[in-house]
Amino acid sequence: MSKLTTSPVTPQCYHCGEDCRGELLHAHDKDFCCTGCQMVYEILNKSGMCDYYSISRNPGTSRKIKMREDKFVFLDDAKIAASLIRFSGEQQSHVNFYIPQIHCSSCLWLLENLHRLDAGVLSSKVNFIRKETDIVFDHHKTSLRKVAELLTSIGYEPYISFSDMKPSVTRISKNKIYKLGVAGFCFANIMLMSFPEYLGIDAKEQHLVNLFRFANLFLSLPVFFYSASEFYISAWKSLRHRFLNIDAPIVLAIWVTFARSLYEVMSHTGGGYFDSMSGIVFFMLAGRVLQDKTYQQLSFERDYTSYFPIAVTRLKNEQPETAALPDIRLDDTLLIHNEELIPADGIITRGKALIDYSFVTGESLPVAKETGEIVYAGGKQTGANIEILVIREVTQSYLTQLWNRNTETGRRDEERSFVHLLSRYFTLILFSIAAATAAWWYLHNPSHVWNAVTAVLIVACPCALLLSNTFTNANILRRFGRNHLYLRNAQVIEDMANADCIVFDKTGTLTTGRYQDILYEGEPLQEHQVKAIGALAAQSGHPFSKAISNWAGHAGTKQTVSGFCETAGKGIEGIVNGDLIALGSASFVHKAPHAREGSEVYVSIEEEVKGRFIFRNHYRDEIPSLLKRLGKNYRLAVLSGDNAGEQFYLREVMGFDAVLLFNQQPSDKLEAIKNLQSQGKKVMMIGDGLNDAGALQQSDVGIAVSESNNNFTPASDAILAAGELARLDRFLQLAKANRKVVMAAFVISVLYNLAGIFFAVKGLLSPMIAAILMPCSSISILLVTYGLSNFYSYRARLQ
Amino acid sequence: MSVIILLLIASISVAALFLAAFIWSVRNGQYDDEVAPAVRILFDDKPAASAADTIVPDKNIQP
Repeated sequence: MSKLTTSPVTPQCYHCGEDCRGELLHAHDKDFCCTGCQMVYEILNKSGMCDYYSISRNPGTSRKIKMREDKFVFLDDAKIAASLIRFSGEQQSHVNFYIPQIHCSSCLWLLENLHRLDAGVLSSKVNFIRKETDIVFDHHKTSLRKVAELLTSIGYEPYISFSDMKPSVTRISKNKIYKLGVAGFCFANIMLMSFPEYLGIDAKEQHLVNLFRFANLFLSLPVFFYSASEFYISAWKSLRHRFLNIDAPIVLAIWVTFARSLYEVMSHTGGGYFDSMSGIVFFMLAGRVLQDKTYQQLSFERDYTSYFPIAVTRLKNEQPETAALPDIRLDDTLLIHNEELIPADGIITRGKALIDYSFVTGESLPVAKETGEIVYAGGKQTGANIEILVIREVTQSYLTQLWNRNTETGRRDEERSFVHLLSRYFTLILFSIAAATAAWWYLHNPSHVWNAVTAVLIVACPCALLLSNTFTNANILRRFGRNHLYLRNAQVIEDMANADCIVFDKTGTLTTGRYQDILYEGEPLQEHQVKAIGALAAQSGHPFSKAISNWAGHAGTKQTVSGFCETAGKGIEGIVNGDLIALGSASFVHKAPHAREGSEVYVSIEEEVKGRFIFRNHYRDEIPSLLKRLGKNYRLAVLSGDNAGEQFYLREVMGFDAVLLFNQQPSDKLEAIKNLQSQGKKVMMIGDGLNDAGALQQSDVGIAVSESNNNFTPASDAILAAGELARLDRFLQLAKANRKVVMAAFVISVLYNLAGIFFAVKGLLSPMIAAILMPCSSISILLVTYGLSNFYSYRARLQ
Repeated sequence: MSVIILLLIASISVAALFLAAFIWSVRNGQYDDEVAPAVRILFDDKPAASAADTIVPDKNIQP
């Protein structure tokens, strides 16, 4: 420990702000952690653009992983370029790049000043929320490839995936916002012009009364025909599916109100209820807009195409050429470079593969494959180049198949909210009251039937229920978002509240993918031996080697290693201070094979086995206590793609009735979820990798856990920041409070209505008071829902 | 009382103007990105340091 306290503060890289461990570059009076960072600085310095560093501190991202020179060759391919360029005129082309590195105002400044680095770029505009940049460039002076390479050279590598080839769909419909604007405009003006009517206008000014009435009628037309069409469409859709949703009675109330008002104005018997009608349409639309305001920057719909590259290198007669992904055919030979994704299932024909399936399985350890073995799409090659022979086309690959099957089974009924059920009873009661009223008046005074029935239908519109529901949902969505749980839509809140079984993925969800607990067992090592082992391990990029190098401290990195040799998937050896040191699997270090191979690394010095390092997944903080808390109210399960090594620990934490399944393939996970559902369980699945994608879709609520917002998550109902997983029980608590808040607000609004009817029947309510009370009651319901949902989130100890 | 009619027309047309401005601003994408404009306005425009600066960016680009 004394070493730590006496050593000076580790210098930070001027470009990316990371600690400069290992190599430290000192140039231009500044420290850099790698040549990549230094190069970016030099490019910017040359163009006098060092403002970049003064806007935010250390704005760059680490450039330690070097990019292949010809990575963007495929952008020279006319067909691929044409699919990416959105518009191309005589002088200029427009392209939109997704740049996940955008994170601060320096990024914004630099990307919008691209024209100072390359005269060919005419302008660029950043959309910060979506992390996108619109670039306009002169295609006579530069090319798409050069623009992409320019971005990469300054540390903003655009992410180009297969999904960019498809025509982009419009992200959010702005129609609802226009409708809301129109409704607000009409509502306010109708209110204004209703005052003369309410305040009592002189009988001599009859022509003015008519003027105001007709002006109101005129202003209500856009509300009735345009703004309210939102509800007509929704009601019609559900009626066609033989389902009565909440919008149906609302449409009925709107129509009846409009018809009666029209009749009153035309027959000169009254002013109608245009103000109430447009007011309620305005408030209900506002609720819908707030509720639907989800998170643009997050994608809940990703399919495999957003993960796959747009183009790969194909070998034709031993010559590399660029091929777009859909053009890959059976028996093509593909060249896969370091850090590239394997796009189709294939057989390795040349080179030794070390494939990182972390993306597919969540398992962080790369798998070694020899020539002749099959590799599956979705894995990432680490190390030297390999060649594969395609045995299944992209659309037929194992991973893609899994995905396609899910889209069919994953279709959901969007309208299963309790609000619809409640509104149905409400409508039923309403109709019986209306019928009873009609019958009573028919017997006593038939001329009053029309008035009485329309009055009942107008008063008893379930709009208060819709209002309280949408505003509560909107507020709870916002609360969740503030605590880094992002839901796809409001229905997910209810699904979360209904779940009674929670299924976790292990690797990457309960445990972190990055850190591993390390334990040394065996003969005690002397300090110089620890340093030597650390020096050897630092030579390799394998996760275990990195962990051992960390364990040994970085003191040993200055020692020279000679004769270093890495056997992919087996181990490493080298000579440090004259000692031959070997690190690796049991068989590699000349010891009998061991049952738990894969999570142990043996070490030998001068061919004498000293001991072994045992690696254990590192559980996220507070996970054990979370599982214990959840275990009281939920049935828990763990589906792991890993071996059963952690079984005893998990059993101890989760109790005896928890389902623990190991060695699960992606399709097994999906089946396991189906199995639980067939037992009548409402299943919530929490996972992270592509291997959970099927299970996430099959489950009633699928939550994808993400280490950072930039990370790609499989299609799911919600995205949760990994650090917040420990608060899952509180999120569930708030989701359950949602229904209580909606019901409370609804009851209050029913009381309002009853009181209103009571006074109206006695003739104590003047039209003006009624007209003022209507928006006030709506606003008070909003305040109640807002206050109550905030109270519940405070009680659940969420921000 | 024809003055009331005039006032009515005037007030509604002013309100309609604001409605039109609102719809235009939504369609124009002014609410698409709520972060960048606030930051962008704080950047100082340095005097042109290199030849590249003399190129005037095309302002007529609609996202």
